[in-house]
Amino acid sequence: MVNMEVNLGGLKMRSPVATASGTFGYGFEYVGAVDYSKLGAVTAKGIRLDPWPGNPMPRHAEVPGGLVNAIGLQGTGVEHFLKYTVPWYRKQAPDVPMIANIWGGSVEEYAEVAARMGDAVDAIEMNVSCPNVKAGGHTFGQDPKVLHEVVSSVRTATKQPLLVKLAPNVPSIAPYVKACEDAGADALSLINTIPAMVIDIENRRPVLANRTGGLSGRCVHPAAVKLVYDAHNVTKLPILAMGGIYEAKDAIEFFLAGATAVAVGTATFTDPGVVAKVYDGIAGYCERHGFAAVSQLTGALV
Amino acid sequence: MAINEKTVIAAHDDAGPGYRFLVLDAPQLASALTPGQFVHVRVPGLEPTALRRPFSVFDADDGKVTVLYKVVGRGTAALASARVGDEVEVLGPLGHGFPSSSKGVPLLVGGGYGVAPLHFLAKRLKDPRTILFVGGRTKDDLLALDRFEALGVDVRVATNDGSAGEKGFVTGPLDAALDELRGRGEAFELFTCGPDGLLKAVSDRAIAAKMPGWISMDRHMVCGVGACYACIQKTVRGNSRCCVEGPVFKAEDLVW
Repeated sequence: MVNMEVNLGGLKMRSPVATASGTFGYGFEYVGAVDYSKLGAVTAKGIRLDPWPGNPMPRHAEVPGGLVNAIGLQGTGVEHFLKYTVPWYRKQAPDVPMIANIWGGSVEEYAEVAARMGDAVDAIEMNVSCPNVKAGGHTFGQDPKVLHEVVSSVRTATKQPLLVKLAPNVPSIAPYVKACEDAGADALSLINTIPAMVIDIENRRPVLANRTGGLSGRCVHPAAVKLVYDAHNVTKLPILAMGGIYEAKDAIEFFLAGATAVAVGTATFTDPGVVAKVYDGIAGYCERHGFAAVSQLTGALV
Repeated sequence: MAINEKTVIAAHDDAGPGYRFLVLDAPQLASALTPGQFVHVRVPGLEPTALRRPFSVFDADDGKVTVLYKVVGRGTAALASARVGDEVEVLGPLGHGFPSSSKGVPLLVGGGYGVAPLHFLAKRLKDPRTILFVGGRTKDDLLALDRFEALGVDVRVATNDGSAGEKGFVTGPLDAALDELRGRGEAFELFTCGPDGLLKAVSDRAIAAKMPGWISMDRHMVCGVGACYACIQKTVRGNSRCCVEGPVFKAEDLVW
């Protein structure tokens, strides 16, 4: 039996497979269709202080090997989340830890949302890299100084394991990784979607109402592996890797590049069975290659 | 709770020019689905990363689920070439459907393949007062009328070119029936599925008559289970998800 447990910056996971924020609702929507016994954590959809309507329709466009979305972080706000969503999730999936994904329009808002979460959730992932909302998110992840400030502020507001989800579209990931590390983050999430655009050539308009969006799915996987590799080279912080995982091979590449755990995202839309297939495939790979624990795969490039 | 059932194609037949009936051996879904709910189909023949396609349910009975669809794009074109015996993964039952009974006379209004969920509804309502109003551009867009007649449904037809039934829109025969019912002081409920223009016309009539109107919306979907927030329909409660709060909405809740 392969030991599939991992420790993601203080978040103990019985499986190295999680779900990615924005692709798994508030954690309970896929009960019945996804095998939760093979999940180490779910990451809920982004939450800010107040309810947020998100972007106009259309919000998505299918592209070869992927998906471009501009949902725009529609969400219920932290009060509703804590009062209704989390208790309902705990009832539906009592054995799977929840990572809350948070965002805000100011440093203070990030900190307040994190503080309000308290220990109601098992970990906090800061979204500083959503390409679809101007006011929040992205701006905080594009400047290492600002990033350091917002992560420090959230760090003082929560004792829970703190992950920071970084943007892929930077010249070098190193200064952002360092800023998170110095500010007291416990782990990194890599990658968020890649800024993208799809045009309907017949009416010469962007397909998305937001004009631009974020690319996810199989096509982003090699780019994500490279960023995980780059980040792992400059930090000891554990990495939750995501971007185009459709089968175990995709997840194993992430481990070898330096990830401690992985998150399945867009693939679940096509096949809710991907989580279980990836889990089983990782265990099988470890057995075949003589690894007693999945944690031994992290950074195990030769 | 949604399940992802591995189904097998039991039959796949023409339902009219460009329209197909897909019959799936799907015992779990067949017993769980209710009228107005939908299923999310992983289309065989598309690339493995392709998103699923949502379909409303024409019938669910005896271990079989039937979908009536029109070939409109890449997904339905690929589906059309699937063969009897092929395996198809189907996620369902999904969404909020129609109510299971009608206090007033059930008036079903369908446009094109929008008759699909109305057939399943008529079958479950088992209400001898049921009337189906169905519209299309030509007689070729009138689908499965024999199946409604077999259920004892009174079928009233309109086509834009007059090739079958009354010439004009389906609101013609519908308004005539509404006048008649109002004249007799009889209550009714409206159930509709079809193009947005038709849905709005039916919704307006339900609200004006202060009678229940049940509107089945059709929006592009990604996850089908409420996880991604792509299929938004504006309602009095804000941005609602068509796949969870719908696809059937109350007329007075919709914001057009």
